[in-house]
Amino acid sequence: MSKKVPQEQYEKTLSYRLKVWLEGSKDLYVGNLEMKPQSLPEENEETRQLRRRDEQRMRAHVYDMEHNREMGLFKKLYRIFSVLFCVFLVVMLLIGVADLPPFGNADNPVNNEVSRRYIENGLQETGAVNIVTGMILDYRAFDTLGESHVLFIATCTVLILLRVDQKKGRNGEKEAEVNDRAFEPKNDVILQTAARLLVPFIIIFGIYIILCGHLGPGGGFSGGAVIGAGLILYVSAFGFAKTERFFTAKTYKWMSFGALACYCLSKTYSFYTGANHIESVIPLGTPGAILSSGLILLLNICVGVVVAGTMYTFYVMFRKGGY
Amino acid sequence: MTIFICILLIFLIVCAVAASLSKNLLNTVLIFMSYSLVMSNIWVILESPDLAITEAAVGAGVTTVLFVLTLKKIHAIMDTEKEKDEEQDSKEAAAQAEGGENHE
Repeated sequence: MSKKVPQEQYEKTLSYRLKVWLEGSKDLYVGNLEMKPQSLPEENEETRQLRRRDEQRMRAHVYDMEHNREMGLFKKLYRIFSVLFCVFLVVMLLIGVADLPPFGNADNPVNNEVSRRYIENGLQETGAVNIVTGMILDYRAFDTLGESHVLFIATCTVLILLRVDQKKGRNGEKEAEVNDRAFEPKNDVILQTAARLLVPFIIIFGIYIILCGHLGPGGGFSGGAVIGAGLILYVSAFGFAKTERFFTAKTYKWMSFGALACYCLSKTYSFYTGANHIESVIPLGTPGAILSSGLILLLNICVGVVVAGTMYTFYVMFRKGGY
Repeated sequence: MTIFICILLIFLIVCAVAASLSKNLLNTVLIFMSYSLVMSNIWVILESPDLAITEAAVGAGVTTVLFVLTLKKIHAIMDTEKEKDEEQDSKEAAAQAEGGENHE
């Protein structure tokens, strides 16, 4: 048998509060916790002068070397210890370097069976003419996956630290515009002409580096960095209005998510087939052709996308604090 | 070729020392950028062009841009007029402080 509880009594129960809290319709801290917006201490001309005089006197008292013996002693000791510390570091590093084997020697411990195997079988097993790419994206692709994630996490941290809550509406946008103009010049003729000439070549060069990563020097990281630098040049010449047509925070989010997921899935596939000794469906192709070496081209593109987005996002965050 | 490498390495060391000794932060950033450029040249000589590309794009390009942006945000790069203004400001403040002390 259930009894109908009056509304007031019901509102005092724990379950009701839990429900309200879960729905988020009522902020429980309002009225219970004192929350005031912080305000700067008020300062008129007189108090400002007083404060400045006090600071001046304090400084004069602390840095008065004739009377403040401890300060003088500390300064001397500080100098001596910093020099000693520097010398100690330099000596330690030099001792460490002196222990290294001579450069380019055939008997070096680097030239062991691992690198021999990579050099001898790398071309047949990975299909990449560039052995370095074959190593980092096939034999050691797990490391590269970690590196891409480190980049992604670094961007997330920068987003958390530098993101500015932008006011909605026309006024807030104007304010942001003024704020941004204080940091960067707008419509600079020299910069715009140079950017118009250079940016297409820089970005095409970056794409070339990414796509030919398995054929020649380059790869996802360097190509992505070049594309990111090109985007930064473009945005500093033409402003955010032009780039925001094709690159916003949402684009970056989906781009890096797609690239990382694609990398994970393709590597999962190759790890699965490799561990179970199943023949991979993806053909290695003829070495030297652009569509060869299995998954390496795809992985290079993924890494390049993540790196390019990261570089550009770093710039935007440092300059504006948001897209 | 050996002489060329020696020149590059000496330039590298000079750059590294100068970057740490320079008083102006903007100068430090620019010296660091030239350090990166020389380093990418050395990577080419050491037969690793992919590292050279990365060093040139990241070291000389992106990090320098980020450093300069940060310097601008913390007002470490000042216009000459602004600098003069602030100097005058501090002088006035000092004069006022002295005046205040004398007054007492």
